[in-house]
Amino acid sequence: MKRREFLKFSLAASGGLLIGFYLPGTGKLASAQESANAFVPNAFVRVGTDERVTVIVNHSEMGQGVYTSLPMLLAEELDADWSKVGFESAPVDPKYNHPAFGMQMTGGSSSVWSGLEQFRQAGAAARAMLVAAAAQRWNVDPESCRTESGAVFDTSNRKLTYGQLVAEAAKLTPPEHVQLKDPKTFKLIGKPIKRLDTGVKLNGKAVFGLDVKLPGMLTAVVARPPIFGATMKSFDDAKARSMPGVRKISQVPSGVAVIADTFWQAKVARDALHVEWDEGAMHAFSTTQMMQDFRERAKSPGVSVRKEGDAPSALANAARKIEAVYEVPYLSHLMMEPLNCVVDLRPDSCEVWTGSQFQTIDRANAAKTAGLPNEKVQLHTTFLGGGFGRRANPQSDFVVEAVYVAKAIGAPAKVQVVWTREDDMQGGWYRPAFLHAIEGGIDATGNPVSWRSRSVGQSIMAGTPFEAMMLKGKEYDPASVEGIDDLPYSIPNVAVESHQVAVNVPVQWLRSVGHSHTAFAVECFIDELAALAKKDPYQFRRELLLKQPRYLRVLDLAAQKAGWGKPLPHGIGRGMAVHFAFGSYLAHVAEVSVTDGKIRVHRMVCAIDCGQYVNPGIISAQIEGGAIFGASAALFQELTFEGGRLQQTNFNTFPVMRMNECPEIETYMVESNEKSGGIGEPGVPCAAPAIANALFSVTGKRIRRLPIRLTEAA
Amino acid sequence: MIAFSVNGKHVNLDVDPSTPLLWVIRDHLELTGTKYGCGMAQCGACTVHIDGEAVRSCVAPVSRATGKAVTTIEGLSSDLSHPLQRAWIEEDVPQCGYCQSGQLMSAAVLLREKPQPTDEDIDQAMTGNICRCGTYPRIRRAIHRAAGMVAKAGAR
Repeated sequence: MKRREFLKFSLAASGGLLIGFYLPGTGKLASAQESANAFVPNAFVRVGTDERVTVIVNHSEMGQGVYTSLPMLLAEELDADWSKVGFESAPVDPKYNHPAFGMQMTGGSSSVWSGLEQFRQAGAAARAMLVAAAAQRWNVDPESCRTESGAVFDTSNRKLTYGQLVAEAAKLTPPEHVQLKDPKTFKLIGKPIKRLDTGVKLNGKAVFGLDVKLPGMLTAVVARPPIFGATMKSFDDAKARSMPGVRKISQVPSGVAVIADTFWQAKVARDALHVEWDEGAMHAFSTTQMMQDFRERAKSPGVSVRKEGDAPSALANAARKIEAVYEVPYLSHLMMEPLNCVVDLRPDSCEVWTGSQFQTIDRANAAKTAGLPNEKVQLHTTFLGGGFGRRANPQSDFVVEAVYVAKAIGAPAKVQVVWTREDDMQGGWYRPAFLHAIEGGIDATGNPVSWRSRSVGQSIMAGTPFEAMMLKGKEYDPASVEGIDDLPYSIPNVAVESHQVAVNVPVQWLRSVGHSHTAFAVECFIDELAALAKKDPYQFRRELLLKQPRYLRVLDLAAQKAGWGKPLPHGIGRGMAVHFAFGSYLAHVAEVSVTDGKIRVHRMVCAIDCGQYVNPGIISAQIEGGAIFGASAALFQELTFEGGRLQQTNFNTFPVMRMNECPEIETYMVESNEKSGGIGEPGVPCAAPAIANALFSVTGKRIRRLPIRLTEAA
Repeated sequence: MIAFSVNGKHVNLDVDPSTPLLWVIRDHLELTGTKYGCGMAQCGACTVHIDGEAVRSCVAPVSRATGKAVTTIEGLSSDLSHPLQRAWIEEDVPQCGYCQSGQLMSAAVLLREKPQPTDEDIDQAMTGNICRCGTYPRIRRAIHRAAGMVAKAGAR
């Protein structure tokens, strides 16, 4: 860490400068008194005279374990006593920006790999200062001291705990350079350390956005347009206005806000509103028609994404060929905690509490809406009841709306805007629907000679802060073709094309983004090619991946652990998939059966190579959860529109895999010294193709559309 | 006025009797451990006990609690000592954690009624509780582990 990045907070501990830390859940500034009992060497750690080590985490906790994995990195280098380590959510500040993305955010399965250096450096720097303080007290060479479990020792085993060194360490200047540990000596990193945030999630104490309560806070529920792009003509609130607890009904840019004392009062009154909408251009929108349009579009050449050799000629000359069209629907993120946001608006400042994945952008948008400079707006990141990308909204839709509602009340105003499940599902920003049309050919010996794929769908990156970074000079959105543009199989003639379509349905990244659909198309088509070549799908992949050792390793590991090739009970079939996403390699083998037309997934064997890893316990949890997330989409989920209106509303029409449907899931890791990859998203993509390919082995029919409907199988 | 008890404490509330118990617990009593997920008894995040029975509080009018004993996640134990909470910690069950209050409250009734539940018993009792993060395999293991703890304690 560079010296300028250290905060000169050391003064505070010697009792001068007022500084503050946000205590999660309370939204209160810790008093200077509390700070005076702490050593704060940098933005990421505070050591108290009570020996508590508090790690300030700049990423949002949405299930992926950052409140454990990132503190582990810091505590490792600090040689902290792990039983004394806690966490705190960082306030919004440039010093907490994502090192790769230049803003404070959580996404792209990047928290751990991007925090590796940052948190280890911060811990090592704090340790160096504590050692220097002890050495000063003992009048010995700091080099002769060692640290262990929250204390410094000298050569004669004299001991000073970190808490005892707080005052002296705080007076020292942070070091210019620090030496990081040899990985061979790690005590925490690489171990399945239990999560630090489990207890508060088992006794009701964890504060999610929906749980924020401020004295005098009102609750608002908003009536939003039933069709994207619809505008309000008029509304009649005569009935709603007279309902109990209703304080105000106001038009806001997103609709009509009903503000009441409690959620239920606001919700019942919102439902009693009569709003006339001008339905706009999308009044006839139909996803059935849209997919038909996509199919037509795929018949013409798209923008070239990747071109090697001459795919059309090779196809024309192939011994055998096959074509297939794969289709996937719009999907809702469906976090268990529906969207919500608390705003405390004052004439000259504003505080926001929400489960944000996009702190820098959300604060800036809140400030702009409130008409305040950024520094007058504080954003507190609560626990997120699931994120999956939805809480990283490029327009901060759920934050901006809440500020507008507070403005409608008029400062000073404290209000929480709550979205019902139906509001959340109908609110847009979905995983886009996609179509992949693929043609492939094999030679007389069964080796693939040609691949041509055309992907049709909406761009996610257009209109986002990443547009410039991602799309630079390209005529296609990389997020539309990721996972297909890096086709790893040895095929001499490859053409990957993209059609970008404009549809007025807001779309956004959903867990694993483009990979959530490209892996389905690629891995199903590879299986189709294997069948065309009359080869075993595993051996067929192996032969084409001989130059891809990391793909091969996970493929082999999954196949071996699953017992690929060994007999299965009657009626059960196996399928596999392998994919690279977010820096990690994954392979799945699924075992499925069909009884009376009902699909049952019995077992999923997952193998991962994510390079150097931090917490294998959290990794296996993410891989299990990713498999279930992917299987839910494969088996159950689609959003459809008719007459411009979304036809799904809640869990009954957009189901999620449940306990009785959940397969046994096994996760195996490849030991690797490669660069760390992501974990939150890579577990999703292989689930759908592995299940679809397993169904082929049972039914002999190909699955080319998600969610899987056996009646449609080809 | 509607009178009932919550986690052993008597409450007397002036509230519309048709208000779902969930919102009375969350907004009037400010016990926010019980979660809102769907509002139509589809996801189980709002599960509480009324006189020991697992109830989806998002569709139960508060009047249904009249004169009865309501237990929420905050009342399962004050110190994470319930065998299920201990087992949940051992198995590192929660991811985002939002659904876990409901999962625990459903599991608590299962364990009381079937101290040694089979996998089928677990399917039956827990299928009404959705976890979007996909913690089901760990929930299953944790329920078996908690059953083991209870059996061990009983044998002592």
